[in-house]
Amino acid sequence: MAEYHLTTPLSEEDTRKLKAGDVVYLSGVIYTARDAAHKRLVELLEKGEEFPFPIEGSVIYFVGPTPPKPGDPIGSAGPTTSYRMDSYSPTMLKYGSKGMIGKGKRNQAVIDACKEYGGVYFGATGGAGALLGKRIKSAEVIAYPELGPEAVRRLEVEEFPVAVVNDTYGNDLYQMGREIYEVKD
Amino acid sequence: MREIAYDDIVNAVKNMILVTATNLPEDTLEALQEAYDNEKSPVAKEVIAQLLENAKIAKDEKRPLCQDTGLAVFFVKVGADVKVVGGLLKDAINEGTEKGYTEGYLRASTCEPFSRANLKDTVGYNLPAIIHFDIVEGDKIEIEYAAKGGGSENVSRARVFPPAAGKEGIIEFVKECVSDAGGNPCPPITVGVGIGGTFEKAAISSKHALFRDVGTKNPDPEMDELEQIILEEVNKLGIGAMGMGGTKTALAVHIESNPCHIASLPVSVNIQCHSSRHAHITI
Repeated sequence: MAEYHLTTPLSEEDTRKLKAGDVVYLSGVIYTARDAAHKRLVELLEKGEEFPFPIEGSVIYFVGPTPPKPGDPIGSAGPTTSYRMDSYSPTMLKYGSKGMIGKGKRNQAVIDACKEYGGVYFGATGGAGALLGKRIKSAEVIAYPELGPEAVRRLEVEEFPVAVVNDTYGNDLYQMGREIYEVKD
Repeated sequence: MREIAYDDIVNAVKNMILVTATNLPEDTLEALQEAYDNEKSPVAKEVIAQLLENAKIAKDEKRPLCQDTGLAVFFVKVGADVKVVGGLLKDAINEGTEKGYTEGYLRASTCEPFSRANLKDTVGYNLPAIIHFDIVEGDKIEIEYAAKGGGSENVSRARVFPPAAGKEGIIEFVKECVSDAGGNPCPPITVGVGIGGTFEKAAISSKHALFRDVGTKNPDPEMDELEQIILEEVNKLGIGAMGMGGTKTALAVHIESNPCHIASLPVSVNIQCHSSRHAHITI
């Protein structure tokens, strides 16, 4: 288990060195999107229309934050369950996105796309929204404001703590971890 | 007939929501601390450490524990000798919910099922609340509240077994639910199991079972024993905190059992994430 401090956008050189179980602290700009936004973003990519942010090397955070209190950039902001994005993520990776942050297992298509396109799925601690929200230094809605908590936001993060769940070699931290601690009768 | 003012209920509900959003209840904190002390996986232990730190930040800085501030779920016992004056009890609970979610800057997570549009606003408007009423003796109103998140709700299941399935069938069903859910419901979880009644009675019982404080015993010795057996079984799955692998997948199993039809054995499993935000007041 290695520890890395990486700055976005991520390059393929960055992602290929990561292994499932590594701890990574991300700094720089990341973008938020959940189910409804992914549906629209993937349509833009497939139609070749203008995209709301530079997709090459981007890291997408699956999050719907609470509203900020006056003076704060954002409210609580922990990850949502990622499988709901499984049907969209391979397309995002195909067009150059290099990272995803969420919680919970992904399907084989996403794991395969990570291998093929050099993408990484990071897990953040679900339910640690207060702690994770404090690592976000600025937030700005850049697309689909009508989606409310599900709008696309540009976030500046500093030392945002995540673990590598699916690396570019087909490994899965959830499966590896469970195999160690499962008690078979 | 005792009278309670509509506004008193609005304020009580609002305050309960505000406190619960940022303060993890003592029973859950103690259970997480115990999980931290006993967890064998270093990765899972680090996750639980983050959860304890998160609870401290949330309390000290009055920030929501989790961005999923849930749908507001209430179980309300209304004394037969009490009357609400100035409006309907149901309206007072909904108004208190809206005020609590607005004033606390909590996320409005309610949407229309197909357009997925937020029904009114992204802040505060988390209506309608989910309210289960019961009428009891006395002149008080008892309100139990929980903020129920989506991740753990999504992996919940109900099924009506034939009576022959028995306890073995129930144990296997719960294990299967927890195993398939993996890290999605944010373990370490509490598992609510509703047994008996009808299809919907089992589901409501499994929800209400989650309102019980972790660490309290089931008053029915037979159900207490079944809870311990299931807890041991699910903790053998190795899922661990946030699914990273570990020895503490569940903090507790809570069962509520009801008489049922001679032809059926309904069972429902409702899962609660580690951020078990619940509260209880009597007015």
